[in-house]
Amino acid sequence: MTSSSEQANRDRNERPEPPEDDAPVVQAQTQIDTTAVDSILDDIDSVLESNAEEFVRNFVQKGGQ
Amino acid sequence: MSQQVPPVSAVRVMGAETEFGISEPGRPGANPMRDSARVVDAYAAPRGLRSAQSFWDFSAETPLADARGFLMHESDAHVSQLTHLPDAMPDAQYLANVVLANGARLYVDHAHPEYSSPEVRTPRDVLVWDRAGDRVAEECVRSLASTAEPVNLYKNNTDSKGSSYGAHENYLVRRDVDFDLLAAALIPFFTTRQILCGAGRVGIGRSGEVPGYQISSRADFFEEQIGLETTLRRPIVNTRDEPHADGTQWRRLHVIIGDATLAEPATLVRFGSTALVLGLIEAGLAPHLELADPVTALQTVSHDLTLTAALPLADGSALTAIDVQRLYWDAAQRAAGPDPDPATAEVLAEWDRFLTALAREPRELAADIDWVAKLVLLEGYRTRGDLAWDDPTLALIDVQYSDVRREKGLFHRLESAGRIRRLTTDAQVEAAVDTAPHDTRAFLRGGVIERFAPAVAAASWDAVVLERADGTHVRIGMRSPLGHTREAVGAALHAAGSADDLIERLRADHAGPASLD
Repeated sequence: MTSSSEQANRDRNERPEPPEDDAPVVQAQTQIDTTAVDSILDDIDSVLESNAEEFVRNFVQKGGQ
Repeated sequence: MSQQVPPVSAVRVMGAETEFGISEPGRPGANPMRDSARVVDAYAAPRGLRSAQSFWDFSAETPLADARGFLMHESDAHVSQLTHLPDAMPDAQYLANVVLANGARLYVDHAHPEYSSPEVRTPRDVLVWDRAGDRVAEECVRSLASTAEPVNLYKNNTDSKGSSYGAHENYLVRRDVDFDLLAAALIPFFTTRQILCGAGRVGIGRSGEVPGYQISSRADFFEEQIGLETTLRRPIVNTRDEPHADGTQWRRLHVIIGDATLAEPATLVRFGSTALVLGLIEAGLAPHLELADPVTALQTVSHDLTLTAALPLADGSALTAIDVQRLYWDAAQRAAGPDPDPATAEVLAEWDRFLTALAREPRELAADIDWVAKLVLLEGYRTRGDLAWDDPTLALIDVQYSDVRREKGLFHRLESAGRIRRLTTDAQVEAAVDTAPHDTRAFLRGGVIERFAPAVAAASWDAVVLERADGTHVRIGMRSPLGHTREAVGAALHAAGSADDLIERLRADHAGPASLD
C-alpha cells in the first residue's frame, strides 16, 4: 500500500532538492506534481454517480438523533 | 501526589452507534422507516436472527431516552421470516431490532438503520467493532441490491437540506463524578474536538445554504450547552441517564456531538482523547477553562479552516481550538504518567501528532482525518474544473465519500489507494462481524446469539432472557459491563450443548441465586 508521503516522494523528480527541515514530506502535497492528484481524481471520476445535481436533490433524509 | 492517583488511561468501557443515511435510488416517495426495517431484516433473516418487539428487552429502557422501532405488518412479504410478531397493532408500523452474534444491536431508529457496537475497552477495539458495523451495513445494501427496491446507506450525518442524524459515542464513567463538573470540563473539549475528527461538509448552515466548506457536519445543528434532547435543541453535552448498568456506581455518558468518522486515525483519536479526558475528570485533573459562548464557538471552529479563530473565554481572554485541545492533551499526558499502557501511549502520540500538524498546515493530515482528506479531494476537483463551492459535483463528492460500498464510497477508494492510513486489517474486521469482544459482557450476549439464537427470548444491554426446553424463562442479568466476559463464562459457553445446559453451568459457577443476576 502506498502512503501519501511515498507518493509525494516519487513525484518530486521535478523538485531540485529535498526539504531541509524534517517536516513530513506530505506537507508538499499542496505543491506536488498534478499528475499525482489527477490520478486519484481519475479513480474517483470512474465511480462518481453520474448526475450530480439529480443525485444531490434526491438525497433527502428524515431527521435522526 | 501523582503516586497516589492511578495513571489516567484510554482504556474504558465504550461503544459507538451509527445512524446511517439511507437512500432509495429512483424512489423519491419511498418510506425510510419501512426501508430501514428492510435493511435490518435483510441482515437478520438469512442468519435466523429474529427481529421483533418482544426480542429487545425494553424493560430497562425509559421512553424518553430510547427510540422504539415499529411493527411491520404481516402482509408485507419482506417480513415473512419474522418469527415473533406481537399482536396486530391498529396502525401499520415497522419494527426491526436484532442482536447480532458480535453482541451489537442493529435496529431502526428515527427512520434510519442504526448499528450500535458491542461494548469494548480500548480505542483500537472501537475501530474494529465500529468498522464491523460498516460491513454489516454494506452487506445489507448488497442483499437488497437485487430486489425491486434497492437501498443505499451512507455513514454520514446530514443531507444538507436541514436534517441531521447522529454518530454517537458511549463511555462508562464513574457515578461519583458530579455531572455539572463533568459537563463543564467536557464543553470546551467537545467544542474544539472537531478539528481532530470532523467529517467535513460542503455548505454552511443547516441546509448548506451558504457556499463553502466546514470542518464538522454536525456543528450547525447544535443549539444548547447541556440538555436531554437528541433530535432538536441538540446539546453539546447530552444528559441522557440510562446507565444500562448499576446506576449507583456508573454513568453512561452519551455523546452526540461527533461526526461519523471513517478515517481510522481520526476515529482512534476521537474515542481515545475522549476516554482520556474522562479519566482526567474522574481524577480531578481536567484543565479549568470556560468558553464565553460554547455554541457560537462550536460553529466558529467549524467554519474556520485556518484553525486560527480566537474563541472568547469567560474570563475575557481568548484561545484557538488548537490551544484548547493542547491544554487537554498536556493534562492527559502528565496524568498518564511515565509508563502509560500501549492504548494510552498510542492515543497520546496520535493526538499530539495531529495537534502539531494542524498548527503547521492542516493538509498534512489528509491521510488521517476525514475533513482534511475530503477537503484535499474537493480542492483537487475545484482546481481541475474551476468549480465553485456550490457546484453540485462537490456536494455529490461530500455525500458519496461516505457510501458504505467499498467500490463506490470515496473514503474507501482513497484508503485503498493508500491516501488514507488504515490501522485495522480486513481479517480483524471480518472476525468482528461475527465475534464479540472477549473482555466485556458483549461476550455473553453475542455468544448466546451465536450458539443458541432460537432460545434467546429477549436481549438487551444488561440482560439476556433464555427460554428453556420446557418453555420457562431464565433472565441472566449482566449489570456489570465488565462481567460475563470470556474469562468469566467462556468455558461454560463453549461446553454447553444447549441453552438449558448453559443455564445450569452458569448457575453452578455462581452457586446461588435462581436469577443468575
